[in-house]
Amino acid sequence: MKNIVSREEIIEMSGTDPAKCMKCGKCSASCPAYDEMEYPPHRFVYMIDQGNIGPLLECVGIYRCLSCYACVDRCPRGVEPAKLIEAVRVIAERKKEGNRIKAGELFEKADADMPSQAFSAAFRKYTK
Amino acid sequence: MEFCYFPGCTLKNKAKDLDRCARLCAEILGVKLTELPEWQCCGGVYVSTSDDVAVKLASVRALIAAEERGLPLLTVCSACHNVLKRTEHDLRTNAEFAAKVKAYTGSEYKGTVKVVHYLEMLRDLIGYEKIRSAVKYPLDGMKIGCYYGCMLLRPGRVMRTDNPEDPVIMEELIKALGGEPVAFPERSECCGAYTYAESETLTEKRSERVVQSAKNCGAEALVTACPLCKYNAGKYGDLPVLYFTELTAKAFGV
Ligand code: SF4
Ligand code: SF4
Repeated sequence: MKNIVSREEIIEMSGTDPAKCMKCGKCSASCPAYDEMEYPPHRFVYMIDQGNIGPLLECVGIYRCLSCYACVDRCPRGVEPAKLIEAVRVIAERKKEGNRIKAGELFEKADADMPSQAFSAAFRKYTK
Repeated sequence: MEFCYFPGCTLKNKAKDLDRCARLCAEILGVKLTELPEWQCCGGVYVSTSDDVAVKLASVRALIAAEERGLPLLTVCSACHNVLKRTEHDLRTNAEFAAKVKAYTGSEYKGTVKVVHYLEMLRDLIGYEKIRSAVKYPLDGMKIGCYYGCMLLRPGRVMRTDNPEDPVIMEELIKALGGEPVAFPERSECCGAYTYAESETLTEKRSERVVQSAKNCGAEALVTACPLCKYNAGKYGDLPVLYFTELTAKAFGV
């Protein structure tokens, strides 16, 4: 999957421009999933800008992003890291066979009290 | 005052109290909630990639149905509210998306529907004065941490529910109900959301931190508008977590 996705494709899909980033790190400082991402938001943005997209397509961080938009609201340059991460996740999912998590497993891991909202959202984020 | 009401899938099963209390309080306040007969699940989370049209069609259909009836579209669940408000914004601001939607559904959204969260209705259309006068059993200074999470507030530029860095919409309600809101640092940070099957630790660590920070600041209970915040914070923390509509119903004595 390495390097067959272009920087421009990600910019087009996400509607956000990584070149505006000034590397202040506020997105990563705000990110509640920081500890579980190989490439935290500010580095993720930088790697896309450099066209270094291969590792991003294979990282677990794209599935750990919580879509909380803290990075988006706190970026002083109007870069929207969450949208770049989502674009990479969607492309990675489309390229691979099967899904990140099988629908059956999403059911199995849900406990009886879990709101259906969690299942619907997980289904949307982890399957095609 | 009448609204098209979009309850969403969670309010029809695990979050029945959120729905039931919302309806009871609306009645007391003279608000008519007409449930959209044709609503479908919003999908639980907004997907931001530009070519994903199909996943937003349930929201589009709800918006068109509300537009046909000439009514604002009201939601109580933070997630439904987030998805509906953002989809409405997309339809008005992204011509390519609007054209694709038209091709799919055969109908056009004109851009006249206001998507309103129940908390916004209480603040902007009812007013805290009227709420105060409907209170029969004040919350008696109960110390409450208002837990916003992320979806009610962000992205702030689109949601405009309140200032995402210093929201007061729930605190003002708690005050009107006679409770004492307690500020805490994690009140607008994410609970760990939908990652239960992806990471064993993410929801646990996040929710523990949220609840602990509220306890450190003196909260005796948390209040929220989001069923997923309630579930995660309740599962991994040791404070009672209530829906804002439950507390309102309690104070109204219904
Ligand atoms: S949206 Fe994702 S990347 Fe951005 S702060 Fe939230 S979890 Fe981190
Ligand atoms: S907050 Fe914005 S400008 Fe700062 S590092 Fe992140 S993306 Fe770049």
